[in-house]
Amino acid sequence: MSRRTYLSGVGLSIAAIALVWTVLSYGGVVPPLFLPSPSDVVRAAIALLREGSLPVHMRASLSVIVSGWALAVVVAVPLGILMGTLKFVEALLEPVVDFVRYLPVSAMIPLLILYVGIGAAEKVAVIFIGTFFQLVLLVADVSSNVSKDLLDSAYTLGAKEGTVFSRVLVPATLPGVMDNLRITMGWAWTYLIVAELVAADRGLGYLILDSMRGLFTDRIFVGLFVIGLLGLAFDLVFKWMHRTLLPWSPKA
Amino acid sequence: MTTFAAKLTIKDVTVTFQRRRGGSVVAVDRLDLVVRDKEFVCIVGPSGCGKSTLLRVIAGLTRPSSGDVVLNGARVGGPGADRGMVFQSYTLFPWLTVQGNVEFGPRLSRHPPELCARIARRYIDLVGLSGFEHAYPKELSGGMMQRAAIARALANDPEILLMDEPFGALDAQTRTLMQELLLSVWEQTHKTVLFVTHDIDEAVLLADRVYVMTARPGRIKREVHVSLPRPRTVDVLDSEEFLHLRREVHQAIREESLKVLKEG
Repeated sequence: MSRRTYLSGVGLSIAAIALVWTVLSYGGVVPPLFLPSPSDVVRAAIALLREGSLPVHMRASLSVIVSGWALAVVVAVPLGILMGTLKFVEALLEPVVDFVRYLPVSAMIPLLILYVGIGAAEKVAVIFIGTFFQLVLLVADVSSNVSKDLLDSAYTLGAKEGTVFSRVLVPATLPGVMDNLRITMGWAWTYLIVAELVAADRGLGYLILDSMRGLFTDRIFVGLFVIGLLGLAFDLVFKWMHRTLLPWSPKA
Repeated sequence: MTTFAAKLTIKDVTVTFQRRRGGSVVAVDRLDLVVRDKEFVCIVGPSGCGKSTLLRVIAGLTRPSSGDVVLNGARVGGPGADRGMVFQSYTLFPWLTVQGNVEFGPRLSRHPPELCARIARRYIDLVGLSGFEHAYPKELSGGMMQRAAIARALANDPEILLMDEPFGALDAQTRTLMQELLLSVWEQTHKTVLFVTHDIDEAVLLADRVYVMTARPGRIKREVHVSLPRPRTVDVLDSEEFLHLRREVHQAIREESLKVLKEG
């Protein structure tokens, strides 16, 4: 498929959504309480920018999400690689990780509030817990799926175990790790909203919750759009990083 | 046949794999074989006869249950740079260029970087990949990747080159080209080669000697000397002598395949 056909597909889907939205809202099919019109949403966005609250919410959410996720990445990636490589590490971690992984993060929020309070640290902890355990398993899977022949060929070229680990296994996991960083970043946004719906005084999740209390549906839509756009921006950044940092990757 | 000293000797090697649900399979059974210096030896056999396992044992990647692998008079244990290997699957390191891949071995032996680069260029040239030094594996065709893999194994100047169906994943046209390339590489390097394949034509075309392996348990059934003149090209495929040798190997394999079929 050519790039032009692809882009026209993208344009078509956006146009279709815009059209349906326009017809439903301006046509009066759905009352504004449930579906604000595009111009209402734009007006609300401008108002939020003017009072300066939108940048505050964005900054609060971004700092929580990036720090929680980055902490998880720093710990989970090395652990995951070791877990996928060494049976003993797998035996140590797998039961714990599998257990915690199935606990809904939202169920742990009361405990987290008890332990670290209701400030930003609690939100960071929610993001960390939400992404860490998933990421460990995803990375472990990536590293245990590195082609055996690739490692064996390094051995037959005279490499010893340590060298095979650092110069073959680790680089071989990079494209898969990069993919999973992108995926878990997506999940981090989900947990962020969960964290900010409970005991928050700022953040995009808080903006949405607070707007609901006053039935400001247009503001809810602004919050949703900002989250969607930020998510899209992160996704593009990850794709760009994949291309620039791993130009050799088949997916780059 | 000139009398060369034995380079590689397999003595009474048995490989038994434990099955997960109990019991065991004998993949290689008390097998003996010899590869002489500068000799090109092929092992052919039906699929599942343990020929790849045998090659892995020689490479040191699989431990034999009993028996010895002796290279230049010394028993070998684990894998080492003295036994280069080319796999059937594509095993170039994707994050390294062709140059980086071929330099991998020499760099491990801590040669100065300029020397590594020079060695790499020489072997890249030998396999006809000049101009692709800076290409990543994803930019290469299957045949080119295998040529680079051969260059990478040769760059270590191994005592013996082990090849495990290296052209098995290639299409027929590319495979013929690769066989010709390997013949020409061999003429220029006279490396000792042990080449595993299930393709009879390939074995007879390339080898000085062909071992036919039996299946379950894997043993050597017959040894066929290939006295076709060298240097060889694919033209030899039409010669009377080639057809005769081919028939001989084919017959031996057929008996084995039928035996396997009957045993289910």
